[in-house]
Amino acid sequence: MTTRSDAAAPASESARNVTGRTEYLTPNDREIVVARTFDAPRSLVWAVFTDPTHLPKWHTGPAGFTMPVCEIDLRPGGKWNYVWRNRQGREFGAAGTYREVDPPKRMVQVTKALDGQEQTNTTTFTEENGRTTVTVTMLFASKETRDQGLPYAKMGLEASYALLDAYLASKI
Amino acid sequence: MSSDALSITFAALADPTRRAILARLATGECTVGELAKPFAMSGPAVSKHLKVLERAGLVARGRDAQWRPVRLQAAPLKKVADWALDYRQFWDASYERLDAYLTHLMTEEQHDDSK
Repeated sequence: MTTRSDAAAPASESARNVTGRTEYLTPNDREIVVARTFDAPRSLVWAVFTDPTHLPKWHTGPAGFTMPVCEIDLRPGGKWNYVWRNRQGREFGAAGTYREVDPPKRMVQVTKALDGQEQTNTTTFTEENGRTTVTVTMLFASKETRDQGLPYAKMGLEASYALLDAYLASKI
Repeated sequence: MSSDALSITFAALADPTRRAILARLATGECTVGELAKPFAMSGPAVSKHLKVLERAGLVARGRDAQWRPVRLQAAPLKKVADWALDYRQFWDASYERLDAYLTHLMTEEQHDDSK
């Protein structure tokens, strides 16, 4: 467990190096930035983000999902392929290639957004006082593509599909 | 919407009969008797479900003492939909799991070192 003695720090300082809280930013029309600090050294955090034996243990989103397929060819031009499965057996995939691989600091993954436009995810790893901050910057072709939602959002939608039936029926 | 309010909405929506009631109300307000009919349920049984939905803010009852029509209040449903569609749900859940997984890996490593 991590101590939260730094919780009272001013917002500007708490943004970095505070564990247990994910920050979401939209610095411009085409990007989404997700930042999180983990209480672990950078080499280990890099491993859990890039090793197919580690990723399915945690990168599974909402409860009830598993990650039956996780293929990673970690080199520039190498392919990656993720498949998630929900309790009903429905599958969701994300796939693409690595454009840059610079362990344990940075990787750039290229994939396609829901509308088929190219989307890049740049993940950087910085270590400070034994803690590692991971920043994922998702860059979309346009604001429209970004706002349309990510495959992840689609999974969340599926997870709550029954609830949405009622919502859509209400035609709000 | 606080996570508590979301939890109450989810609990109310967890029951298929209550979801069917909401779907029926989406087509327009009606009385408890009209609601009970397609479900082959007694009025009191339907009233029980309505109370749960009312507490979650998903339905409202009219003031007319005789008729008391039931109406859908869809605002909490929209909150649920927004939450479900939000990509943040995926990252929050994954990263929370990763915290525990990293702790587990580091504990294991220490055990290995002490051998």
